[in-house]
Amino acid sequence: MSNRLIDLQHITKIFDGEKILDDLNLYIRENEFLTLLGPSGCGKTTTLRIIGGFLFPDEGSVIFDGKNITQLAPNKRQLNTVFQKYALFPNMNVAENIAFGLRIKKKSKAYIDDKIKYALKLVNLDGYEKRKIDALSGGQQQRIAIARAIVNEPKVLLLDEPLGALDLKMRQDMQYELIRLKNELGITFVYVTHDQEEALTMSDTIVVMNGGYIQQIGTPEDIYNEPQNAFVADFIGDSNLLGGTMIQDRLVEILGAKFLCVDEGFGTNNPVDVVIRPEDVELVKPEVGIIKGRVTSVIFKGVHYEMTVLANNFEWLVHSTDMYPADSEVGIFVKPFNIQIMHKPESEDEKAVDINE
Amino acid sequence: MNSPKKTWFAFPYILWIIGFTLIPLGLVLYYAFTGADGGFTLANVLAITEPVHLKSLWTSLKMAFLTTLICFILAYPLGLVLCSLNLKKSNFIIFLFILPMWMNFLLRTMAWQLILSTNGVLNTLLGFLHLPKVHIIYTFQAVLIGMVYDFLPFMILPIYNSLSSIGDDVVEAGKDLGAGYFTILRKIIFPLSLPGVISGITMVFVPSMTSFVISNILGGSNTLLIGNIIEQEFTYNFNWNLGSGLSFVLLVFTLISMGLMSVFDKSEGGTNKW
Repeated sequence: MSNRLIDLQHITKIFDGEKILDDLNLYIRENEFLTLLGPSGCGKTTTLRIIGGFLFPDEGSVIFDGKNITQLAPNKRQLNTVFQKYALFPNMNVAENIAFGLRIKKKSKAYIDDKIKYALKLVNLDGYEKRKIDALSGGQQQRIAIARAIVNEPKVLLLDEPLGALDLKMRQDMQYELIRLKNELGITFVYVTHDQEEALTMSDTIVVMNGGYIQQIGTPEDIYNEPQNAFVADFIGDSNLLGGTMIQDRLVEILGAKFLCVDEGFGTNNPVDVVIRPEDVELVKPEVGIIKGRVTSVIFKGVHYEMTVLANNFEWLVHSTDMYPADSEVGIFVKPFNIQIMHKPESEDEKAVDINE
Repeated sequence: MNSPKKTWFAFPYILWIIGFTLIPLGLVLYYAFTGADGGFTLANVLAITEPVHLKSLWTSLKMAFLTTLICFILAYPLGLVLCSLNLKKSNFIIFLFILPMWMNFLLRTMAWQLILSTNGVLNTLLGFLHLPKVHIIYTFQAVLIGMVYDFLPFMILPIYNSLSSIGDDVVEAGKDLGAGYFTILRKIIFPLSLPGVISGITMVFVPSMTSFVISNILGGSNTLLIGNIIEQEFTYNFNWNLGSGLSFVLLVFTLISMGLMSVFDKSEGGTNKW
């Protein structure tokens, strides 16, 4: 309990009669890199803006360091935001942008100058003090936006899809930069993105959201390997999503064939959702596989081949370093611990993806 | 871009500029520096130093300055309010402010004559309320009211345009960094709206400096602006040389004030839109 820095309790937010967030409960620990991940419209940015104070929830409360700050204005909160479009002040140069928050807090000039130097060094832009904002590239502007936020020594840094506007290479570089920054600063990062790769790379904790609900909270490994429902499985990485029947503990029927698995406690003869990652689908000789199929397409992806296999009327997605030519007969085998069994969604709200039955 | 065919499109505009800007300007210069006998003289330009001319130039400067100041004080807060409304509402209000511009300029000014005259709408209204009558028609104030009314839209539009192009995100960033509303207004919103402010000031200052119609109708013979003097020289005294000489001085004053504005604009890092 003691290290819960931010606690969101029963947050509900309604826009134009539509519930964007519905009874959301979430706590964020000190020094955590927490990512809110989900498709657009899932409520992740709304959640971030409620933490930042730019939106007030219709119901529920925001507890920050033990104090209720639900109705506190953003300029009174001990956190800073890195905005999606950087939101640097174009009428000021780099140093003035970074000094903005410190000048409001009436810090001494020497202190401010030190801080500017330190922050620019931290984001690898030493000597950029006098540059104009519109003379900077997107990546540089992003770094200045981060520098401008962190000089205020916030307890929490909120980042709203900060890498969304950068190109792929820059995005990957900035991911490592952000991890390094977080480690050097030792503060809490709350990060919003729709990019599952960003989330997996950087986060301590990922919160997968959809339709205003939290779908799953867990470490990147948990989220990827043990998705709790079909939406999470589908959203994080590629996957084969199948409808199945749990015949008994550790035995599931998929597409009319029986697969051994390791899951227990789903009852007997109960409908379930099954996720199998494409890299876990093993192609073997037809007579050895659990089911037989035919390769329908092969694409070379660099590290692996991406193949689709039509077996029992389902198009399996397969990632493998071994290539089977198109039209060849193959068998499909999946190791028991690579089959992930999930409960069927209980309500329409949770049913975010269509499952191939 | 510079294909020879396309340059033909510029031809009508070049004719226009020659016919309606360069030739008249040349004629003004010619008349300004020649006497009745056609010989060169500086007398027409130096006539500005006559007390009556200096006084009206001073009145014009004062009038233009006050008109611009009042228009700015009215327009800027309005622009801020409009930007906080949704687009539909703010467009409607802007429309209401522009609507009078569709009516004839003279009619609008004459309406003010009816409102402000001794037995006009304003004094009738004051009479109903048992308040003393005010004598305002044919004074400096009457002209000022007319000028503010006529030129206010030219201040509102550029200010509103520049304010509405400022993103919510920089305002939110300001709040996020701990700034209250007035700090954000002073350090972020106002500097970013400067191009609009400057073009608004120019569009109000220059015409109110040179106008003579409003002061003719609302100022009578008590408020002689430099524009009135010039008009009289042309239409009553038929002294085109003196009229041109004074016009030249007025032109120089206008150019200086615009030059000052553009220097100010560039030093603030704004874009030069007008």
